[in-house]
Parts: sequence; structure tokens; C-alpha cells
Amino acid sequence: MKCQDCDAHDATVNLTQIVNNEKVVLNLCKDCAAKRGFHSPLDNIPFPLANFLSGMMETDVTGEKSTALTAPDLTCSNCGLSFEEFSRLGRFGCGECYKTFREKLQALLRKIHGSSLHRGKLPPMLSEDATVIKEQERLEQELTHAIDSEDFERAADLRDKLKSLKEADEIAAGKEKENV
Amino acid sequence: MFEQMAKKPAGWLTGQGEESSVVLSTRIRLARNVADTNFPTSADDATREKVLEYFDAAFKKSEFLGRGEFCKTADVSKTDSSFLVERHLISPTMLDNLSGAGVYIGPQEQVSIMVNEEDHLRIQAITMGLEMDRTMELAAQYDNEVGRLIEYDYDSDFGFLTSCPTNVGTGLRASVLIHLPGLVLTRDIDKVIQKVTKMGLAVRGFYGEGTDVLGNLFQISNQSTLGKSETDILGDIERVTRVIISDEAGARNRLKEEALDQICDKIWRAYGILKYARVLTSEEVMNLLSAVRLGMAINVIENISIDTINEILLLSQPAHLIKYYGKELDSNQRDTLRAEMVREKLL
Repeated sequence: MKCQDCDAHDATVNLTQIVNNEKVVLNLCKDCAAKRGFHSPLDNIPFPLANFLSGMMETDVTGEKSTALTAPDLTCSNCGLSFEEFSRLGRFGCGECYKTFREKLQALLRKIHGSSLHRGKLPPMLSEDATVIKEQERLEQELTHAIDSEDFERAADLRDKLKSLKEADEIAAGKEKENV
Repeated sequence: MFEQMAKKPAGWLTGQGEESSVVLSTRIRLARNVADTNFPTSADDATREKVLEYFDAAFKKSEFLGRGEFCKTADVSKTDSSFLVERHLISPTMLDNLSGAGVYIGPQEQVSIMVNEEDHLRIQAITMGLEMDRTMELAAQYDNEVGRLIEYDYDSDFGFLTSCPTNVGTGLRASVLIHLPGLVLTRDIDKVIQKVTKMGLAVRGFYGEGTDVLGNLFQISNQSTLGKSETDILGDIERVTRVIISDEAGARNRLKEEALDQICDKIWRAYGILKYARVLTSEEVMNLLSAVRLGMAINVIENISIDTINEILLLSQPAHLIKYYGKELDSNQRDTLRAEMVREKLL
């Protein structure tokens, strides 16, 4: 069997990956496998994200052409990356890209992660009580807004996030009590 | 460079970890970027250099971080950079662009921080066995320390911002490297893989020539980084890993009950080849070590320590062999000296 990438050498690396429940079999020669980042079993293997992303953006879950590619192109004012370039490369240029593409990203991130709202740790510089309270207020406002505009998917995400913030807060408060 | 390091196994490969007869290692990786600065993949050389210089100075300034060492990968030879990849201190993708990048190596190599890989910072902690909480704690210590020195790129909706959208949010990728010879031999492995992927986790097996999975090693990791807390992500992996461990134990018991002679034969043949062969490829060593590791786990082989097996696995890699013997070697010479090294370690 010839390598499916270069079609010149024999495929000696037969790799099976399961991404999102779909089995993908790759038959590659040693060099092409290395090019794709498959070095040794102990390495951290990246999966071919750009293909995944472009496939994902061409059609949405219902199989219809999504609005992502048909909408007018956005360009990041800081690094100059356009949304079209992003969907081809699968990489952002800077943090500002996330702000520029915010609306489109919410749907994309939901497909990748099942959610578009962070529920984890806050950066050390922000993780003081005052910020947590401010964050709760902001989320509550956004929740009202989401419900008003009937964006129920986002409302559900926001509600989950508020809940986890409050839980974290209660745990922290509990710990303080123990220390007293 | 790194001569001292080459003489001893990586810190995370020694000692005991929970479930270490099945789980080789637990790895945590946190992706972080500096606020208001282009990500390394789109930054110009001057910006990359500025970020690199900043962290070079910052790592030295901090009392906590000062216990480790930082080096710029541009100053590292080709063999040495491959050596760092084999030791998991830098990623293979980093080899493509060594200029303007660097790596911080913490005490005992348990924590390393890549600077200017795909993200400005990739904080990584590795421990032996299944040790989710302890490994996360290690990574978090470094994350908190660096996060107090510099402002991270963070968005209140999307969390920690990363170059790739598959890492955004927690920036956390947790993985376990797990040895599943029993499930491979009983051919139940496909069922297990399906079960794991249904839980939203990724499984990767590695196929060499032929149909056997190389070394019977699989990596299980989280796919989603956004929308769940760090604790939930780690909890999911730990729970699934424990199910697989018990599946593997079941498979090993079945093999012992139904095919003890054949299994013992496979194990002792592998041991015999390792002990006496004169030429060994790294792929062959990986497969033979898998059988020996199984033999130790089911108490068929008793006179070797798991540290020795792990050391052979590490030293069998090309750049490690070159460092071990202190000279450049072509691939034929490596196969011969690899066999010599293995015989020496199994004496």
C-alpha cells in the first residue's frame, strides 16, 4: 500500500484515530507521518484540526451550509487575520481575534466543546473576591439579556456558569470558616 | 548540554505512582498567552524575541521558578533538541521552529514550560502512575506563580485565550498513558475504545508495521477544554481510566485462566530476546518491553524493577542512545548499541 499523502513511498504507519466518534484510518510513510506530527507513541499527537474545522464550518449539524462561510468576512483589527483565513488555518493570530469573531465563535465553540462559556479557573491576577462578585453581576445581567433576546442556548450556558461560580464561592467560604 | 540529565532517568519515570502496573504516566498541560501580544504563530521575530527575553528574566527573578533552568532552543544542538523531545520536555512541533523559543525545566523534570510554542506558554507537569490531582497541583503552582508575574490573555466568556480554538477555556489537556496488553490480546480493545469515545474523551493507539499496537500503549485525553471546570475534566478522565484499569485486570485474569502457558511463553520469549539479542530496533524493544511489563504485572517475572523497564524504554530512543554512548551513531550502529544497552540493564 502506498502512502496516502505522498503516494510515492510504502505506507508503513497505519494509524487509527477516533475523533468525535468517527474512525479515521491513516496509511502513511514514515516521513509523511512525521510531517503530520506522528512521531512516537509517547508524543503528544495533534489531530488535523484545520480539516476538522473547515469541514465543520462548511456544514452545520443539520447538514446545511452554515452562515459562517457565506457571511461577509471579518478581519481582526490587531493582527489582520480574516475569518476565512482562520477557518483555513485553524489558528487565531491574537486574543483580539476572539473579540472580533465573538458572535461566530459561540456557535463554533459549542460544536467543539459543547459549550461556549468558560467555567474553570480565573487568572491569578483576577481571582480575588471582588472580581468574583463583579463577575456574578455581569453574568446575571447577560442572562437577563439572553432570555430577553430568546437566545436560550446561551442562557443555559450562563446559568450553568453562574451556578458553578456560586458553588466555588460557597466552597471558599466554607474553607474560611474551617480556618477560623 | 544536558549530559548530567542523560545519565539519569527523568524524575517522573522513577518511584511509585498509583496503578503504575497499568498507567505509565499522567500528564497535565496548560496553555497560556500573554495579554495584548500576538500569539507566537503570528508574531514577528521581534515580538517572539521580546516574549522570550521577558520569561528568561522572569524565571530567574522569581524565587520559586529560580529553582529550575531555562534555555533557548536556538542554542541547543539538533541531537540535544531531539533529546528534549524524547524526554517530553519540548514538543515535536517545536523542532520546526527553534528560533525565538525556549524551555524552562523545573526540578526533577516534573514540570516544564515551553515558551513560544503554539502558545506563549505551555506549562506541563508529568508524574508516574495515575495521579490526576497531584499532577494538576504541580502544574497549578507554576501557573499561579507565572500568572502573578504577567497578565494572561483572558476573556470572561471564553476563558484563557489560545492560538487554537480546541484549547480555549481552561487551556487544560490532561492525559494518561496506559498499557493495555490484556485487552489487546483478548481483542476487547475496540469495545473499550468505543466506550471511552462515547464519554467524550479521545483515545489514541499507535500502530507500527503489522497490526499490533506498538507497545500496547494508549493515550486517553480530554477533547473539550471549555465549559467544564478543571476538576470536572480531570474527574471524567480519572473515572474512565479506572473503568479501563478494571477491564484490563479482567482481561489479564481471563488470559491467566484460559491461556497461561501461551502467555508465559510470550513473556519469557520477549525477555529472552531482550536479554540476548545483538541487534534491536526501537520498535522491537517497545513491543518486547510490553510483554515483559505484562509478565511483571501478573507476577510471572519477578526479578526486574519497573524502573529498569522504564529506563530501557527511555534510553532506547535515538537521541538518548547518542547521549548515553556520547557519540554520533547511524541507525545500524544504534540498533547494535541499543541491544548492548538493553543487555547491560537486564544483567
